[in-house]
Amino acid sequence: MNAIPLSYIARNLWARKLTTVLTAAGMALVVYVFATVLMLAAGLKETLVSTGQPDNVIMIRRGSQTEVQSGIDRPSAAIVETFPEIATGQDGRKLMSKEPVVLINLPKRETGSPSNVVIRGATPEGLTLRPQVRIVEGRMFRPGTSEIVAGRAISQGFRGAAIGETLRFAQRDWTVVGVFDAGRTGFNSEIWGDAEQLLQAFRRVGFSALVFRLDDPENIDAIKRRIETDPRLQLEAKPEQQFYADQSEALAKFISYLGTTISVIFSIGAIIGAMITMYASVASRTSEIGTLRALGFSRLSILVAFLLESLLLGFVGGAVGLFAASFMQMVPISTTNFQTFSEIAFTFTLTPAIVLASLGFALFMGFVGGFLPAARAARLSIVDALRAA
Amino acid sequence: MPFVLRLILRNAFRHRLRTTLTMTGIVVAIVAFGLLRTIVDAWYAGVEASASTRLITRNAISLVFSMPLNYEQKLRQVPGVASVAGANWFGGVYITESNFFPQFAIQGANFLDMYPEFRISAEERKAYLVDRQGAIAGRKLADKYGWKIGDQIPIRGTIFPGTWTFTLRAIYDGADAKTDETQFFFHWTFLNETVKARFPRRGDQVGWYVIEIRDPTQAAEISQRIDATFKNSLAETLTETEKAFQLGFVAMTEAILVAIQAVSFVIVLIIMAVMANTMAMTARERYAEYATMKAIGFGNAFVAGLIFAESVGIALAGGAVGIALTFPVANAFGGALATLFPVFFVSEETMLMQVCAATLVGVVAALIPAWRAAHVKIVDGLRAVA
Repeated sequence: MNAIPLSYIARNLWARKLTTVLTAAGMALVVYVFATVLMLAAGLKETLVSTGQPDNVIMIRRGSQTEVQSGIDRPSAAIVETFPEIATGQDGRKLMSKEPVVLINLPKRETGSPSNVVIRGATPEGLTLRPQVRIVEGRMFRPGTSEIVAGRAISQGFRGAAIGETLRFAQRDWTVVGVFDAGRTGFNSEIWGDAEQLLQAFRRVGFSALVFRLDDPENIDAIKRRIETDPRLQLEAKPEQQFYADQSEALAKFISYLGTTISVIFSIGAIIGAMITMYASVASRTSEIGTLRALGFSRLSILVAFLLESLLLGFVGGAVGLFAASFMQMVPISTTNFQTFSEIAFTFTLTPAIVLASLGFALFMGFVGGFLPAARAARLSIVDALRAA
Repeated sequence: MPFVLRLILRNAFRHRLRTTLTMTGIVVAIVAFGLLRTIVDAWYAGVEASASTRLITRNAISLVFSMPLNYEQKLRQVPGVASVAGANWFGGVYITESNFFPQFAIQGANFLDMYPEFRISAEERKAYLVDRQGAIAGRKLADKYGWKIGDQIPIRGTIFPGTWTFTLRAIYDGADAKTDETQFFFHWTFLNETVKARFPRRGDQVGWYVIEIRDPTQAAEISQRIDATFKNSLAETLTETEKAFQLGFVAMTEAILVAIQAVSFVIVLIIMAVMANTMAMTARERYAEYATMKAIGFGNAFVAGLIFAESVGIALAGGAVGIALTFPVANAFGGALATLFPVFFVSEETMLMQVCAATLVGVVAALIPAWRAAHVKIVDGLRAVA
């Protein structure tokens, strides 16, 4: 088979610039939406999964789905602390952090509209358990004082949470003395203070969650069995990574379902656009096709040429859309996770899989849009085609 | 005049395939646009359903914190307050996590009186009030799970541990399409008595108070008065109108809402590109005809008008079909996501916006081709080959 040169195909697109630009622009927009939505879901997942450490375990009250809903009294916490599977720190104490977690309502810096922010009572062990948390500005709070440190996203996004500012809640003024960065994790959307101070201020007697490190990651099942068989404990244990991944499930699902539905509907529009363009391209080049056939190019060559033209159109649209979408990585996004009812900040994340999926999607649109017109071009008889002009 | 109309109609269907494809594109776009606008509307359903005479008082720290029961008496004494009823979010699970619906523990008949949009027959209301384990469910909710009056409904608590069994005593109907018919109510006293028996420290706590005021214009002053009453107490309050309270929830997910709104306009842009392409091709093929018409004596405006009329005509025809199709599509979508969007219907405003979008697409698509056709020189036009 003699193939029609690629340069000939490309120059056909170039010859009718307005049409090509309009069709490719439609496809680019579809790919842009498609890629952005996938990036959003990927960013959310990455943020919540990397919030957990692989050998950390989190414990909450049985049946409560989030830390905020949970409640663990001190006797139960003391029982858990005696479990031999929990690792021991350098100072000989158990590597377990007993943390109160509550939500407070703070106004956003830009709009003033309130949103719920997590306040976590931190302990020295808690900091050891989360090595990804680093102070980037100011200093850590001093235990036993009304000092707090804010995650980077909260410090930037909420009023009164920048360094040196104060927040008033639970009848006290809390001074922000430091800003911490926890990489791309959910902790960036939290405020940390001294656990005992927060318990007193909020008039709480119990903790919300227990976080500890296992001496051996294999022991997770042993811990689970121990809790289930102990009638004094109404608790459940989950690996920290799984715990946070579960919390992002509903939001991630919602985003990807909505996004996929929208992309599919939009792609119908773009495919129709490509079809119109390619039909017109075939119609206006009928005599040209006749000439090509007379020169000896086969029907298949014609079919392939038109399909390639359409695929090229799709590829250009896809590349432009993806290029535009890649800039979204610079846009931070912050919204309420409806499972935890609290604010979570994350970024659009472009992964290689998303690049491939987006380009594949663009080529698919080009293929579907170009197939029928290409088939029509291939079916033209030489004599009729030459007579057309 | 009929001659012009016939010309436009003939022109529009000269390339039957192309016109059909373009129209299909517009239909899809208008349906998608309408669906996305309806999703945005559904987001605001709680705001739309709020009454100007209702205030919500909650703990100033956040909704997670409650207020003591004795606030009720103090709230009643605030001038301008007509009625007070407390409520708690129960947050339980019916069989599995995926069966989400909101459950509220509500105080007595007061609460029901404040929400006249929940219509309950007198007998059912009485049956509910006398049964301390009684519950009220919305019509949609009851239909979804096939509940009948008298059924036992077990719900596993997440905030209040244990399995709670309620007896369905009443089913309410919404006053109009805006009313959420997927809510579940039961007696706050039942919750409180059980909680007090099991966890004495957690008893006598109310999540938020709904307050009915006599004069809606005094909402701001009354709110301030209430919050001043509890200033510097263990549970300081934040009082706002029901609308502001509901808007607070919407604002929390603002980012998603903004994205959906943006995307709804992107689809209009996409179809604009497709339609503009169609019109550009159509006009290019007809330059010779336009030149002929001008040579005969028709003006530039007439030629441009022809293109505009054709473009807007196709767009509006597609738009009309699209609007008609929006209803079944929205019904199917709303049915599938009933737990997420309890109130889901296509508003008149949405339809109006769909008409505007279709017209806009038609006009914008014709701009460049019409300008070109109007300005083509007769000589060049006659020489033009498509």
